[in-house]
Parts: sequence; C-alpha cells; structure tokens
Amino acid sequence: MRGRRRNGPVLALFLLPALLLFVGLVLGPIVLGLYTSFFSWNGFGGLPTQFVGLANFTRLWSDDVFLGDLQRGLILIVLSVGIQLPVSLGLALLVNQPIRGRSVYRVLFFAPYVLSEVITAVLFTMLLSPNNGLVNNLLGLLPGDVQQTWLANPDTVLYAVFVVVSWKYFGFHMVLYLAARQSIPQELTEAASSDGANAWQVFRHVTLPLLGPTIRISIFLSVIGTIQLFDLVWVLTGGGPVHGSETMAVTLFQYGFKRFEVGYASAISVTMFLICLVFALVYQRFVLRRDLEGAMTVLGAAK
Amino acid sequence: MTTKEAARPVSAPAPRPPVTAKQAKRRASLRHLPLHVICILVGATIVVPLLFGILGGFKDNGQLVTRPFGLPDPWVFENYADMLVSSGFWRPLGNSIFIAVATTLLVVLASALAAFVFARFAFRGRELLFTLFSIGLMFPFAVAILPLYVVLREMDLLDNPLGVILPQAAFGLPMTIIILRGFFRDIPGSVEEAAILDGCTPWGFFWRILLPMARPALATVSVLAVVSSWNNFMLPLVVFNDPSMWTLPLGVQQFQGQYAADTARILAYVTLAIVPSIAFYALAERHLTSGLTSGATKG
Repeated sequence: MRGRRRNGPVLALFLLPALLLFVGLVLGPIVLGLYTSFFSWNGFGGLPTQFVGLANFTRLWSDDVFLGDLQRGLILIVLSVGIQLPVSLGLALLVNQPIRGRSVYRVLFFAPYVLSEVITAVLFTMLLSPNNGLVNNLLGLLPGDVQQTWLANPDTVLYAVFVVVSWKYFGFHMVLYLAARQSIPQELTEAASSDGANAWQVFRHVTLPLLGPTIRISIFLSVIGTIQLFDLVWVLTGGGPVHGSETMAVTLFQYGFKRFEVGYASAISVTMFLICLVFALVYQRFVLRRDLEGAMTVLGAAK
Repeated sequence: MTTKEAARPVSAPAPRPPVTAKQAKRRASLRHLPLHVICILVGATIVVPLLFGILGGFKDNGQLVTRPFGLPDPWVFENYADMLVSSGFWRPLGNSIFIAVATTLLVVLASALAAFVFARFAFRGRELLFTLFSIGLMFPFAVAILPLYVVLREMDLLDNPLGVILPQAAFGLPMTIIILRGFFRDIPGSVEEAAILDGCTPWGFFWRILLPMARPALATVSVLAVVSSWNNFMLPLVVFNDPSMWTLPLGVQQFQGQYAADTARILAYVTLAIVPSIAFYALAERHLTSGLTSGATKG
C-alpha cells in the first residue's frame, strides 16, 4: 500500500509501550536472574560481586530439599496426568451427554477454577483441619480409625495437596475437553456406530484420536503448571511438614526471601526454567509436532 | 451418540420395534440415572466445601465443634457483620479491583497497539520481534520473581500499586499480543484500504475502526487479564509490606495467619472473598471459557 514507508516512526511509537514493559520487566529481570545465579549474593547493595562460577548449580545436586522437590514434582505430575486428567476427560464426555441439567453441571464443575489458589487453600486448610475440620468429621462417621492430620503428616500431605490441586483444576481441563468434543462432527461417531462399532470402540477409535491434540495440550499445561506450583502450597502448608510438600518454587522463595541467599535461589529459578524449557522443547518436538504442523504452515505462509 | 448405541446389540441391525415417545423418554432417563449419580457426587465435592464455608461463617466456634454438619443454630451474624463494617475486607477488595482494572487497561492497550503493528504492517525484523514476545510465554512468573523484586526495589516501586500493575501487565503481554494479532489479521484488508482512502491515519484506523471491530477479542483478553490479576498472589506478597496495600488473596492469607484459632471468622472472610469471583464468573463465563479454550483446541 502507498505511504507505508513513512509510517516507520509511527510504528515504532505503537510498539514502544509493549517493548518498554517487556524489556524492562520481563527480559531484563530474567537476564539479571541468570547473571546473579553465578554469584554468592544476599540481594542488597548494587550488583553482586562475589563470583562463584557454577558453585550454586553444583550445590543443587547435593541439596536434599531440591532433589526432594524434583521427586515430589514428579509424583504430582504422575498423579495429575494419571488420575486428574482422565477423570476430567470422563466428566467432559459425561456432561456432553444429553442428560437433564448438564449445563448446570458444567458451570458447577468449572466454578472452582475461578477461585484463587489462596482462597482455595485457606478453605481447604479449614476442611482438612485436624480439629473440627469437615473431612475428619465426615470420616468420623465411618467405622474404623481413618481420621488423619492430613496436612501435618509428611506421609499424607503431598496427596492432600494433589487432591486440592485437582479440586481446583479438573474443571479447567474438563472445559478444554468438552470444547474439543463438541467440535467433533456428529456424523463421524454416527458413521462409526452404524458400521457396527460399540460405544467403547467409537470412543477408542474415533473420539479419542480426535481429542488427541487437546489432550496433549492439556497434559502440557498440567505439567508446566505443576512444576511452577506455589500459591496453593505456600498457603496450605508452607512446604512442610519437614519439606513433605515443598515444591521448587517454594524452595526458591524460601532461599530468596527468607534466607537472603539470592544467588542460590536464582540458580534454582534458572534450573526451574531450564526444566520447563527442556520439557517444552522435547514435548513439542516429539509429541506436539503433528498437531502444530498445520498451524506452523499457516504462520509461515501468512508472512 | 455413544450411549444410545451401547444399549442396542450391534449384531442385530433388524428394525427396532416401534417405541412410543413416552417409553423412549423413560428409557433415556433410566439409562441416565448412573450418569446423574456421578454428576451429583462430583457436584457435591464442590458444593459441600463451599457450603461448609458459607454456613460455617454463620456459626460460632463452639457450634463448629458441636454441630459440624447441618444448619447453624442459632444463626450467628456477627462474623459477617464484623467483616462488612471493618476495613479488613473492603480495603483489600478495593485494592484488588483497582489493580485488576489498571493492569487490564494497560496490558490490553499496549498489546493492541503492538498486535496491530505485528498483524498489519510488514517491516524488517517483524517476525524476530514477534518471536521475542512469544518467548515470554515460556517464562513462568516464579522464575522471575527474585530479580523482579530487585528491579522493583531499585525503581522504588515496593509498597506501590505500580509495583504490581506494571509487572503483571508486562507478563500478560505475550498471551494478549498473540490472541489479538490473530484477530486483527482476520479483519479484511479491504476495510483498511477503504479507511485509508477516506483519509484515515494508522492511528485513526486503529482507534476508530480496528478496536471497535475487535470488541469480542478485546473482551476475551480483558477477562483473562482480570482473572489472572485478581488471583495473583506471589507478586503482591513480595511487593506489599504495608497492610493498607494488600489485595484480597493477600488479605485472606494474612487474616488466616492472624486469627488462626477463630475458624468461624476466617470462614466468613473466605466466603466474602469468594463472592466477587463468583459474580465475575457469572457475568463473564462465556468470554472466560472461550478465551481459555481458544488456545488449546485450535491448530
């Protein structure tokens, strides 16, 4: 179009606010964090000066709390992908059935997602409280001694955290699956069943493959979200007891804001980012590749 | 539909005996019974904790021990009433609203301007710049919290609403730019040509034509920005020391720490803090779910 060339300064002006914000408060701090991870620093007085090379990173591999974080993160990921997501998928298919009141169920199941993690955590602190918490009161009605100090027992706390996380997020994944399920044309499932496929076969060979891209994205979101889990754990348990529910983000917060070992904390955050990055790259390369192919071509073609 | 087929033996494609509408209806509702049972059980796990909070706020601590289930007897209005006349609830509520609105305005305006350039102008380095912003999606908030805190401290933005608003807007940019760019791109070039022929400047086209046309997309990204600002906890936690600055999540958390023994009062606070979220959800449900699903189901 004519006159485009003269738009240069205007375009720069249009981009300026976003660039300023992004460089100043996202890229800048990230670079600063990377830089400080090579120093021993308490976080005060100008830039860090005591260069320690990779010492902060090697320390990670002998830090039992950090190694525990990795292990606990892995347990949470396995539980989420193995239990929470399949349940969400089942519920999505369920509320997709023409049953009465399904829109009520949909809205209700999604509701916990809109509550903040902090409010969820405070509510569940009360529910799981050992003295007059609702959960133990309900379990008290059952025979046997099944009451627990759920959040104060290192053996149960991680599972309690998992239950609370699932309570808050299953509706989100359900809504993703539901949207994907609704975009599958009815002709496809109908054609399969008129060809003699039973309900399970229709699900296994028609619905599930077509939900594939959404399931893969939802696993991705779930894993990344679990790696970064902070608010909920911080309010629910503070990472305790004896680090029983601590996550990487909690550990880095402890070191950075409670013990003022900012250099070491930065090394944790860099490692956390690298884990996310490696996961994202590997996942995109091997799992999402087929899903993204179409989208990528469109992006390239539209240049 | 899958269950319909499940009820019919696959090996017998013979014509089914005629079924009256009434019979079919009864059969459907029988078949749906287990589904309803599951839905109600799952629903109960959501409703019961919320009811526990709401009703617990109407009990006193003695009643929470003696009558853990069931309705309060007598109803105690003191917990809610105290909360509603104190600044302990209204102040954080006001702060949360102010910060959410300011963040949203800032991130949507800055992103719309940038997305407009990315979507409708060709210049050298455009894709590089756009990729730079997309990379921002990869940075979780927790990764940057330490250096961000140092930067904010050096800029003297601690205990200042801007210390939360500006970073929230900055971290919201990638997602917002990506969504808006896609939308702006779909607006036909003929619209722009007509506008230019009529003497519109780029700004005029952006402000008077593009933005009004993009209202649905703007609504979606605004709703997402409001929700993420509203629920943000980590940043306000490190930025605000001064209790008069606290946002609602921070207020709830601190209140719980302060009145740990007074369960009924905490439940009342939690219930009140839930109300705005649920109200917003009721108003913006469509935009929220469409915004969340658009990313994950396309492509």
